[in-house]
Amino acid sequence: MSALHELTLSEAATLLRQRQISSVELTRAFLERIEALDRRLRAFTLVTADLALQQAQEADQRLQRGEQVTPLTGIPLAIKDVICTKDIPTTCSSRMLEHFRPPFNATVMERLQAAGAVMLGKTNMDEFAMGSSTEHSAFFPTHNPWDLERTPGGSSGGSAAAVAAGMAPGALGSDTGGSIRQPAALCNVVGLKPTYGRVSRFGLVAFASSLDQIGPFARTARDAALLLQAIAGPDPRDSTCSATPVPDYTAELTGEIRGLRIGVPVEYWEAPGMDPGVARVGQEAVNRLRELGAEIREVSLPHTRYGVAAYYIIAPAEASANLARYDGVKYGYSYRDTSDMWEALDKTRQYGFGPEVKRRIMLGTYVLSAGYYDAYYKQAQKVRALIAQDFERAFEQCDVLVSPSSPTVAFKLGEKLSDPYQMYLNDVFTIPANLAGICGISIPSGFSEGLPVGLQILGNAFAEATILRVADAFQRVTDYHTQRPAL
Amino acid sequence: MIDRETVLHIAQLARLGLSDEEVELFRQQLSSILEHMAILREADVSGVSPLAHASRLTNVMREDEPGPSYPPEVLLANAPDQEEQCLKVNAVLEES
Repeated sequence: MSALHELTLSEAATLLRQRQISSVELTRAFLERIEALDRRLRAFTLVTADLALQQAQEADQRLQRGEQVTPLTGIPLAIKDVICTKDIPTTCSSRMLEHFRPPFNATVMERLQAAGAVMLGKTNMDEFAMGSSTEHSAFFPTHNPWDLERTPGGSSGGSAAAVAAGMAPGALGSDTGGSIRQPAALCNVVGLKPTYGRVSRFGLVAFASSLDQIGPFARTARDAALLLQAIAGPDPRDSTCSATPVPDYTAELTGEIRGLRIGVPVEYWEAPGMDPGVARVGQEAVNRLRELGAEIREVSLPHTRYGVAAYYIIAPAEASANLARYDGVKYGYSYRDTSDMWEALDKTRQYGFGPEVKRRIMLGTYVLSAGYYDAYYKQAQKVRALIAQDFERAFEQCDVLVSPSSPTVAFKLGEKLSDPYQMYLNDVFTIPANLAGICGISIPSGFSEGLPVGLQILGNAFAEATILRVADAFQRVTDYHTQRPAL
Repeated sequence: MIDRETVLHIAQLARLGLSDEEVELFRQQLSSILEHMAILREADVSGVSPLAHASRLTNVMREDEPGPSYPPEVLLANAPDQEEQCLKVNAVLEES
């Protein structure tokens, strides 16, 4: 048997059910791995070791009795620190929420607990999920396990790095413009952004409410399917969460994609800023899918070039409204050295928020302000409609669309910090799916310059089973996802 | 281009205190970002309705069933300041 921390989630689940290992042993192995590595990687904002071992004991009792055993029973997971965990700090990697302990669990946490999963800790992120490198954490940057001088991507960089380094077999993140798929690509793990409305957002600290979705990280498509299975489905506490039936995702992993129509969107592949090494790896992945019997066809998504601009108007606009709640009165950081109400409010927000959050609040407030609303916000919403229509047409001709997940491999820490727009361009291939509300997955597809390259597979709304099937079929004939960073 | 006065106006709308350095930094950065946004004007949006969200739902209904609420001490546990089970805030009205 390989070392416990090297097991995939599915492998660990099998061994747990066969009682060959206990959840306490498994959990301890991951806690030891975190202890050994996280000083260098900084993927976690908080490690909940005592709680994890307690949950593991309870899971072992369930496994022993053979009652209520699910594929996640006894499986340790890492949770992005934007997801509310009852009585456990939920900071969003922000000074504003540094000492905040939610009085409730997010719906996804309730579901993971009901399934018997174990929480290892909370993972680092760009503050309030705004960023593409995890450098905008108010606490510390996370390092890419493949090269410690590079970023893991973001905003869910902590979750991606934790899975990549074997500090957790699976994790949850959130994806508003690529914050699951891009770090998954840069860290050589699987990351899935579900369709808008597939997973409840209750207890997900809001960034841009029309775009945010929670989704899983794992090593394999099968593991991602198991995690999605546990968290998907309607929730009376989130009215945008859909009642569309949740299929049995692992039952769809047949390895069979013969005749499947795979679209290659020309605008993505010809995008300015596409690294030639990344494009080459992507092309080889497409060839591999063709060898598996898929039918590859070129498609056009003509409004792709407007995606970044539309997104960076809509997301900050929604953020500026959502973040108005941080007023230093109900919870969170509060500036106390004044008796003036307005000064207290201004300074609470001045000292509680970091630079990227302030930048987006400013940008969002500007595009919503009188005189600019029509020119920016309304125009962006119209362009959003055009981008959604692009996908509707493409999915008339194709079952899925494929491209690299990110135009480059992982970049150096600090490299893009001084130029916000360069950072925003990281999201060029991931943003359109959020604007259109469709689903997407990033899977390991090879290496360029020794660094991981992710393949993005986009599916129509509620077609998670299809993109998982393609991802799984690809992983059956490749071993990129089994390669580990030297740590 | 965005000028200093616009930055200050927006910061006031957002109730966001800024240092002098931040005012200058955001003046430059917002100007630069908004220049990139100008590309949106090239999109032909004639006859296109704005899309506010991508959920495919309208009028989601559910039974309005009463359930337990949180005790005040739980909701106040994160409050920066409190008194008699209320959030304590600075005076809103000035004495004349």
